[in-house]
Amino acid sequence: MRGGAVIAGVVVVSVAAFAWVGGWLSPERLSPERFIAALRPPGGFGYGDRRNHAKGVCVTGTFEAGGAAAALSHAAIFQAGTYPLVGRFSLGSPDPAAPDATTRVRGFGFDIVATGGAEWRSATIDVPFFPVGTPSAFLQLLQASGSKDPDAIAKVAAAHPELKAFGGWAKTAPWTGSFAEEQFNGLDAFVATNAAGEQHFVRWSLLPGATVRHIPPEALSAKGSDFLDRELRARLASGPLRWTLVLSQAASGDPTSDPSQAWPGDRPKVTAGTITLTASTDNAKGPCRDVNFDPTVLPSGLATGDDPFPAARSAVYAVSYNRRTAQEAAGRHDTARDEQ
Amino acid sequence: MSDATRGTIRYGRAPSLLERGEVVRGRFSPAQRVLHWGMAACLLAMLFIGVGMVSTARPVHLALVSIHRPLGIAILLLALVRLALRARQGTPPLPRDLPVPVRLGATLSHWALYASMIAMPLIGWAMVSAAGLPLVMWGGFHLPPILSQSDALHAVLWDAHRVIAYLLFALILAHVSAALLHGLIRRDGVFEAMAGGRPPD
Repeated sequence: MRGGAVIAGVVVVSVAAFAWVGGWLSPERLSPERFIAALRPPGGFGYGDRRNHAKGVCVTGTFEAGGAAAALSHAAIFQAGTYPLVGRFSLGSPDPAAPDATTRVRGFGFDIVATGGAEWRSATIDVPFFPVGTPSAFLQLLQASGSKDPDAIAKVAAAHPELKAFGGWAKTAPWTGSFAEEQFNGLDAFVATNAAGEQHFVRWSLLPGATVRHIPPEALSAKGSDFLDRELRARLASGPLRWTLVLSQAASGDPTSDPSQAWPGDRPKVTAGTITLTASTDNAKGPCRDVNFDPTVLPSGLATGDDPFPAARSAVYAVSYNRRTAQEAAGRHDTARDEQ
Repeated sequence: MSDATRGTIRYGRAPSLLERGEVVRGRFSPAQRVLHWGMAACLLAMLFIGVGMVSTARPVHLALVSIHRPLGIAILLLALVRLALRARQGTPPLPRDLPVPVRLGATLSHWALYASMIAMPLIGWAMVSAAGLPLVMWGGFHLPPILSQSDALHAVLWDAHRVIAYLLFALILAHVSAALLHGLIRRDGVFEAMAGGRPPD
């Protein structure tokens, strides 16, 4: 029966190896499901909604590249020309009913498609730096935010001192009354390669064309819970909204793997072009609903570098997309799915 | 016509296993064997990469996804070459004494393996298409979408891709177990038809 033992051994070892690689034996693994579980609000996710930045509004417009960024990247999207854009403004919360007046982080995702099928997706926020420096620290922060332990956040801050800067920003940064007045920042560093093959680390920001007016938080609360969407529609009714897309170039020694560390303000900047938004549509019916703003969808000429967040976001966004589109497809309230 | 061709040989001694057709000496062609073993490595790599890449949010996630897509398309192409080769060159016979249900199981499981090798890459390609994501092969080279964006199709394809992956892994384990059973226990030459080496007399 030595043959039988060999066969049994091969099967057992294969199944064990498969289970180990698949993470079924490693509950401590940094799996995308753990991020989703940590994001889950007490009342469950909105049906068919994104697992984070659930509340939002679709916008459409163009990206008009001036051609200057071709010096940094040979991406088709940076060649002078005008390319269609689908975007989404959002609130940084997994709650689809998050109140506009008190949700601190606002986001903008965009998807630009250039001639030849080159595509660039990015999800940006109005914070000048990410709250923590690594995806595992971010998971701890999400878990602490949902924890009943009143000291949970303080413990994360003790282990990840960079969180202090975010706390300071959240408390003191001025508020605006419009998505149109926000500066949105990509925060993650990517590698740009130009036609000569030269590589540079870059980060990007969207600088608003609208005049920024700071509004005290009390005045925002008086506007009700959904004023941002209304305000955006009113502005678009009277004309397009614009942002300048700027690439910042790292100097040697700048942190490229840690989006919680902003680069000094004097780094060389290149104006890549102008984002012009002309229309907005309801989130549930608009063209952005089925777009996964996966930041690793990059045109040739841009690539991920040593920043671990784009990979983590790609993995987690995929699970969010799989689950919410399955709910959309089911077309009814399915509580078993909703638990996820 | 000789007696031998009618299968009525009269032996002066008990016929050997080989003479009774219970040990086979047939071989797959060298090209079929190279494809089989090469694809065996690709399929196992693909299944492990697949479960590994969705299990982690670490940077290795992206590296694994970037291998998974072109390797899947490579398997699709190799499977088509392999079926064409099989249609031209055939397969060695199975031992005559193999019971009918086992013979049927062998035939069905082989066709299920071929079907998976072709269906899985196509389902994956369709699933990425239905998600509205670009199907990146390498650098700036993309495959065109084979479906337009659809939540309903994406949900079905995503489930199918996972479920068939687990079934395929189980099928491969059954295939390996059966091959080892032929090689180590029955010693009937079936294992050697693909692995090479001298079959038992």
